[in-house]
Amino acid sequence: MNLDDALQTFIVEAGELLEQMEEALLRIEQTPDDADTINAIFRAAHTIKGSAGLFGFDHVVAFTHVAESVLDRVRSDELRITSELVAIFLSVRDHLGALIAHIADGKEPDDDTHRASAELVTKLRVYLGQPPPVVSQALVPAKQNGTVETQAGDGVGTDNWHISLRFGPDVLRNGMDPLSFIRYLTTFGEIVHIVTVVDAVPRLAELDPEASYLGYEIAFRTDADKAAIEGAFEFVRNDARIRILPPHSKVADYKRLIDDLPQEELRLGEILILCGTLTRAELDAALRHQTTLADETLSPIGEVLVDQKLVQPQVVAAALEKQKQVKEHKATESGLIRVNAEKLDIHINLIGELIIASAGASLIAQHTAIPELLEASARLSRLVEEVRDSALTLRMVEIGSTFNRFQRVVRDVSVDLGKDIRLEISGADTDLDKTVVEKIGDPLTHLVRNSMDHGIESVEVRLAHGKPAHGTVRLNAYHDSGSIVIEVADDGGGLSRERILAKAIERGLVKPDQQLSDREIHELIFEPGFSTVEKVSNLSGRGVGMDVVKRNISALRGTVEIDSTEGVGTTMRIRLPLTLAIIDGFLVGVSGSTFVVPLDMVVECVELSAEETSASQGRDHLDLRGEVLPFIRLKQLFDIPEPPPVDIDLAADDTFDNGNAPPRNGLPSTLLTAEGAAALARDPELAFLLHPVKRENVVVVQYAGRRTGLVVDKLMGEFQTVIRPLGEVFNGIDGISGFTILGSGNVALILDVPGLVRRVAGREVRRNAKATSYALAE
Amino acid sequence: METKCAVTRIAIEGELSIFTAATERLHLLDAFESGNEVEVDLSQVSEIDSAGIQLMVAAKREAATRSTSLRFTGHSPAVFDIIELCDLAGHLGDPMLITARP
Repeated sequence: MNLDDALQTFIVEAGELLEQMEEALLRIEQTPDDADTINAIFRAAHTIKGSAGLFGFDHVVAFTHVAESVLDRVRSDELRITSELVAIFLSVRDHLGALIAHIADGKEPDDDTHRASAELVTKLRVYLGQPPPVVSQALVPAKQNGTVETQAGDGVGTDNWHISLRFGPDVLRNGMDPLSFIRYLTTFGEIVHIVTVVDAVPRLAELDPEASYLGYEIAFRTDADKAAIEGAFEFVRNDARIRILPPHSKVADYKRLIDDLPQEELRLGEILILCGTLTRAELDAALRHQTTLADETLSPIGEVLVDQKLVQPQVVAAALEKQKQVKEHKATESGLIRVNAEKLDIHINLIGELIIASAGASLIAQHTAIPELLEASARLSRLVEEVRDSALTLRMVEIGSTFNRFQRVVRDVSVDLGKDIRLEISGADTDLDKTVVEKIGDPLTHLVRNSMDHGIESVEVRLAHGKPAHGTVRLNAYHDSGSIVIEVADDGGGLSRERILAKAIERGLVKPDQQLSDREIHELIFEPGFSTVEKVSNLSGRGVGMDVVKRNISALRGTVEIDSTEGVGTTMRIRLPLTLAIIDGFLVGVSGSTFVVPLDMVVECVELSAEETSASQGRDHLDLRGEVLPFIRLKQLFDIPEPPPVDIDLAADDTFDNGNAPPRNGLPSTLLTAEGAAALARDPELAFLLHPVKRENVVVVQYAGRRTGLVVDKLMGEFQTVIRPLGEVFNGIDGISGFTILGSGNVALILDVPGLVRRVAGREVRRNAKATSYALAE
Repeated sequence: METKCAVTRIAIEGELSIFTAATERLHLLDAFESGNEVEVDLSQVSEIDSAGIQLMVAAKREAATRSTSLRFTGHSPAVFDIIELCDLAGHLGDPMLITARP
């Protein structure tokens, strides 16, 4: 394994562990005594420390160690989780994140980082009941002598390893015999001395013959490394307390060994002498350390180094037994594999090409009219469709992990604001495209902060309004007609219509006599630099942000809308396309041009009879089963000349016409999709579609709850398309969101339905406003 | 079980391990109930493990509590090996015959 790869894995894993740690920390606040959660936090810290040790990031090890020691006290019920402790550990988690980020950037930690480490360590030490040590000693363990063996000074004289074993009561029942481990030791070294600690064995009458009572203190001479020794106890690691002290360990470490078994203190000291591990003088020195405070400050280095050695072997051993590791990994990660996102993108792109190619192939099959070929191409199309769907799900991730991040945001911000705010999450299992998830984080953060700062009132105001003292921010996600909707809702004061309007008039955004709907007024908060807040907090209120939020969301082909009731709360609704790459399209023809409407926005298709056409003349809406349906004539919108040209010549067309396009012959009109042609073959009456007369068709589309009709000449059926962005030149074109290449090689423009719907809605509102003001004027 | 000169002699045969420890414990307790000194013949023990060892330690302790004595005799090679491995000969205090290794 390449070290860089390993380092990369370390960084990724550390990131994940820190996330788990944060999640657990937030959970522990609610359930302070949950052992599982405490263990989860501990494990995260411990694993990071271990891996960091393997790579020699001593500063990470030193820092994490202190945190781990505090956690250890929590685990052993010496400390209780308090909100202060959680707060400290959240900063510990952040600081670790910063340390890992430094490593990822390949930078050495700077002075600020060291200072931050020192501050946190000082805070943590309070919980260890230790006086703050000389910082430099605790945090910067001597770099060169990373191993205990090389440390001179107060190391003990013996050349032997010392192994201290205390087996848990269930070892025997679990089918393991402690003696077999000891016997195994003799295969690669010599047991210089062994003391069987039988103190725990009761008299026969009280003996549980199937429980294990024995412990061992072993002086062991071997050339093997620590990993090998530790490996011997691999299977009982969880069932036994195993301490392995390397030769020449510091006296303080033996002292700690003795301390760990207080009830055996004296005896263990004697045992160590018996084992020849310690001399009488060394034991005396060790016990004296207890009283001299000066040595306490030294012990962290010893702790760190020894613990480093304790951890290292597990990792090394794992690396050596690669196969085993892979197996274990599989079990723990429930069969997940990491794939580079770029590879996935390439894969999706290729599938896009495949779809186009398959559409082309089926078109040719139609032309040749060979039954076998038609059958084969139909099968191919179906498979391609399945491949497309499965490829798209590869990129889908649940939004839950993004939502969970906000637990922390809400917690921190509510502390900052001095408000009691809770976060409720629903729809966490809603899937959406990974690229969208990545980009939605910042806008969401902003909206959540905004809700907390401006939306939710202070406790006094809330109580005065008869609301519960604690505010609630809700994050919700769901799928709705081809888009994902993410809601950020609060039960705060809602947007103040008057304040916004007054501010907008003051800033000249609207005229004083202008009639605006609630929705339009709410939209004003997305204007750059707009803020009604008198008091600027450090969170928000500067008027920077909402416009950025809107811009970011628009860049994802999404929209954001506001639903607010004064005094009751505000809901921000972000609507985003599910995926950025491929859509199911509905082909329509207008004169000679072909357009694609995203299929999931199409509600129905109706025919516009000659009478209706004449009846609606001059007006832009029709009567759809008693409802008013505004519509747009695409022909007018895009200014398409009435006598259809043979081909619409877009600049892009030339590029794809270099002889590669399949032959176009025999077909009336410009295009016919495979489905269209097949339908025609089955039902000759459909032929009227190909001969546009006076009849017009209306495609009813729906977006964000509003319906609009698009008047077109021809309906040409479903079509899978790969969205390609328009180049710089055509970027500004209204009503078009991209283009695609048809099976025939022709270009079809993809209609920007949200844009069109908005356009129609805007037109209506303006007209209504005009009508109202006329009415008022009269 | 035979009784002679206020000594209750029992023999443990076959395995002295986690699988037989519960039975042997009752066996030994019965022997103590006789009120006599107890002598346990280990010559037929084919296998012994930690459970067996701690049973021996517990039996010694039981004897001490009852102010009686318990002797293990005729240690089989298997028992001998384990006692050597754990260095418990001193603790158990029974004379052991060093047998030639097979």
